[in-house]
Amino acid sequence: MAEHVDLRPGGRTPPQVGSDRAGTPPRRKARRGWGKPGKLPVAGGESRHLGDEHGLAGDARKQWQIVLRRFVHQPRAMISLGVFALLGVGSVVAGALWKYSYTTLTDQIAAPGQGAPSWAHPFGVDPIGHDLFAQVMQGTKEDIQTALLVAVISTAIGTTIGALAGYFRGMVDPVLMRFTDLILSVPLLAILAVLGNIAAKQSGSWLWVAIIIGVLAWTYVARLVRADFLSLRERDFVEAARAIGASNRRIIVRHLLPNALGPIIVNATLTVANAILLESTLSYLGLGIQPPQVSLGTLVASGQGDATTFWWLFVFPAAFIVVMILCVNFIGDGLREAFDPRKTRVRA
Amino acid sequence: MLSYLLRRLAASVVILLLSSMMVFLMVAKSGDPLATLRLNPHIPKAVIAARSAQLHLNDPLPKRYWIWISNAIHGNFGLTIGNQPVAPQLWSHMVVTLEMVLIATAIAIVLAITIGVLSAIRQGRTFDTGAAFTNYLFISIPVFVLGLVLKEFVAIPINSAIGHTVLYTIGQQSPNLSGGFFSRFGNYAGHAVLPILTLILVVYPSWSIYQRSSMLEALDSDYVRLARAKGLRPSRVLIRHTLRNALIPVTTVIALDFAAILGGAILVEQVFSWQGMGTWFLGGITNLDVNTVQAYLLVTAFFIVLFNFIADILYGVLDPRIRYG
Amino acid sequence: MATTAFDQAGAPARAGGPLLVVEDLEVDFKTAEGTVHAVRGVSLRLNPGEVLGIVGESGSGKSVTAMATMGLLARSAVTRGSVRYRNEELLHRREKQLMPVRGKAISMIFQDPMTSLNPVYSVGWQIAEAIRAHQDVSKEEAMRLAIELLRKVGIPNPEERVTSYPHEFSGGMRQRVVIAIAIANNPEVILADEPTTALDVTVQAQVLETLRTALQVTHAALLLITHDLGVIAGLADRVLVMYAGRAVEVGTVDDIFYRPAMPYTIGLLGSLPRVDTDGSELLRPIPGSPPSMVGEIAGCPFAPRCPRAVDICWESEPALVPVGAAASPHLSACHFAEEVMRAGEPLFAATSADTETGPGPELDVDTDGHRPEHDMPSPEPGYVLAEGFGRAGPGEYEIPLMEEEARPGEEPDASRHREET
Repeated sequence: MAEHVDLRPGGRTPPQVGSDRAGTPPRRKARRGWGKPGKLPVAGGESRHLGDEHGLAGDARKQWQIVLRRFVHQPRAMISLGVFALLGVGSVVAGALWKYSYTTLTDQIAAPGQGAPSWAHPFGVDPIGHDLFAQVMQGTKEDIQTALLVAVISTAIGTTIGALAGYFRGMVDPVLMRFTDLILSVPLLAILAVLGNIAAKQSGSWLWVAIIIGVLAWTYVARLVRADFLSLRERDFVEAARAIGASNRRIIVRHLLPNALGPIIVNATLTVANAILLESTLSYLGLGIQPPQVSLGTLVASGQGDATTFWWLFVFPAAFIVVMILCVNFIGDGLREAFDPRKTRVRA
Repeated sequence: MLSYLLRRLAASVVILLLSSMMVFLMVAKSGDPLATLRLNPHIPKAVIAARSAQLHLNDPLPKRYWIWISNAIHGNFGLTIGNQPVAPQLWSHMVVTLEMVLIATAIAIVLAITIGVLSAIRQGRTFDTGAAFTNYLFISIPVFVLGLVLKEFVAIPINSAIGHTVLYTIGQQSPNLSGGFFSRFGNYAGHAVLPILTLILVVYPSWSIYQRSSMLEALDSDYVRLARAKGLRPSRVLIRHTLRNALIPVTTVIALDFAAILGGAILVEQVFSWQGMGTWFLGGITNLDVNTVQAYLLVTAFFIVLFNFIADILYGVLDPRIRYG
Repeated sequence: MATTAFDQAGAPARAGGPLLVVEDLEVDFKTAEGTVHAVRGVSLRLNPGEVLGIVGESGSGKSVTAMATMGLLARSAVTRGSVRYRNEELLHRREKQLMPVRGKAISMIFQDPMTSLNPVYSVGWQIAEAIRAHQDVSKEEAMRLAIELLRKVGIPNPEERVTSYPHEFSGGMRQRVVIAIAIANNPEVILADEPTTALDVTVQAQVLETLRTALQVTHAALLLITHDLGVIAGLADRVLVMYAGRAVEVGTVDDIFYRPAMPYTIGLLGSLPRVDTDGSELLRPIPGSPPSMVGEIAGCPFAPRCPRAVDICWESEPALVPVGAAASPHLSACHFAEEVMRAGEPLFAATSADTETGPGPELDVDTDGHRPEHDMPSPEPGYVLAEGFGRAGPGEYEIPLMEEEARPGEEPDASRHREET
């Protein structure tokens, strides 16, 4: 502990500085006190450069390769990634190339004995005459773009709030965390319903739905990042960065954030799954994406009444929601395993 | 322990107050509850003005908040848009929802802990793999899809196989219910099974996953190793040392999820046409019924904060480091 | 085979024979990276009342050996060989069948007192639980005995502290509680796995003293696992040095400290800072790090770090065989055991412990096993293989550290502990 205290600004000047200037790095001390050899705890201007950029970049690149390799070696996660990508690309391509648009009224309708899936209409048609394949593809596209935007918004907000709370502590932490508690004190779905109702009157587009969910779904990320930062900020390399006079902003962005990136990415993935869940639920309730736009949730809502007679109206959109969420959850699980194999290892 | 409890209680009260302000502001700003009346040319301006005054729509926001919250504390939540008192409606709908939610939560907790513990001690074996897959499956099914599947593809075939309705899919009881205690109870149960099952299946998986990893952590701990080294019975090691410690973090997770359960209840009520708080709340939203929506949000916030407070107490009881910290 | 040699050369049997016999113990862990051979054929015997020290770097398999003895390894561990307590096989027993042995016949003290007590129960509760696991006494009686045990291990005000929770105790106090649990049922064998490593230096000596007291109270035999040779010197009768999952040297404390017959042991001794000399000696650490335990090891596992390594060391792994006088229980696993023992000179390069003394010696070693010194001539007795290492000034590495220490009748490292106590 004592050696760290020495290196704080204003503390005793470490004796190695002289030898460092002379070109002999204080190897022994560095090895003992600092986990990452690339970041030498020295106060000289030149070595700061070396410590920060090159060492870290090299380490990081290697680490990403390891993570990638671990991820690729998980069949379940890779299959899920493939299916999800197929759904994403497929829904866009189908929207452009399929013979019917999701608004087209075909000459067939769902009625007793007709409208079931056929070669002309692989997913069947609805009672008004829409081709369900076109509708499901459009709904899938809307769902995926909504979910991705939600993940971006809520991860950005949550990471910022969590990082500020965890790094600065003091008064910032309790204020931000009580704010988080406040959001959590009411069912998320209830707030979303209230806000969704307002937005639905303005515009029923996916963009608004994504923004509403995004600005409310960040609480979990915030708690996670805060917890990570609270422990990371005590680590030696932060002490070292502070000693060489790095600004708070630089410490957060260049030192803490890269180290917390694993859990953040995993959580962003799980947010995608959660967003699909929330969006389809809101749309199902009529408080999300509004007609004439379709989402899988609105399709389930309109198909539910005839679920036993015109099963395809319920089964296809519902199955697409479940498959999408399942895939994203498996991808998230695979990422978690890739970033932190300790968590799921076999007990040793 | 006492000072810990008082601190938590104070924090809970503060959160609840802030939450009431947030709820009030959000709903008050969400739209004009008299918009439909104003558009109706047959309604005289004076009536609208009177209604407006009655709902305190012309007062400044802080004053409106103060009137609302001080009445709410005394159990008066104002009038609905249909000019009925909100409170009696709230209480009757609340009972329906709370019964369902509390029963489902209790069963889900037992189920999640059992599955989590068994998965952990059978790590990597068939039970664990099967449980993990089931967990992921149910996590990935939205409440309304699960409810609809149970309703359309489980209950209806079962009922037609038996020949008469056992599993009801609409409402919380049959209208004009009569008969003895047992037939009435059977009717209630027949209505409650599917909604409660839906809610259980939606909430238990994440708790079960959490319980499993918390058990694995405890099983790998030094204190469990020491307990085994003492020569204790394996069952004692498992219950008194492993499970006892693994429960501590899980209480927090369950408490935090209570809000999600209430959210899920909205959908379950919607799918199974229950006249609970959730259905009532959704009706309030579509009608722009300010007092109904505010009453729902305030009451759910109260229950969520209360549930978290209970979890805090439990946490203190379970963990002496908190109790004496 | 090493086992037989060791069996013959075990410590002189006392009345009743050995309490604990480990024979050819092997422990493998299956991991994603491959099978880890954590223990590769360790044999030892522990006689009543004896203190046997096991030393080695972390990862040498010494803790795994202790855990295997108690049956505390994870399910993923594969064990072979034999662990016998009073001629009863313990290995591969079911958890239930181990109950009467654990805590009663053999008890264990773990490395980290901060984590080895259950945080949710009072210390008295945890001691009483250990008592009631093996003795038919009431809860009140067990609590009373717990207070007595706390008194024995030197907890002040035991009547009050018995209801305290672990987090209200310091690390040293917690380790005393763990020792109290270990001696609660008068065991015949205590396994102590690095009992002082996690503690502050000042507290270490106190806890060692408590351990000594515990041995006096119970007359138990002690298997003391540590990487601290100072601790060994103060407590042990015999020492087993482990490297890469095997015993590489076994002998009495005097054998190990004054007549080491394995370069690794010499390296360990050279890494030990001493306070009993005038301070002019330099540390002589072992370069490099222990080998990976994944996969098979060809040749002597210490060869990549050994200044004496020659071709044969890279080709065949030496067996654990007696060195010195034929009747001696001194064993070494080195192709040049006799020469190494006779040489008695520093083998490793000296380094300055203090970087502040200017641009002094700097240790610069390839850790990836590349060693230009491999094809050095066959070592002669007294050959000092220090030139290749670092830039130590000539005067520094030639100080004959071992020679000076090797005066019989002196117990240099025990004195260090007496000072601290």
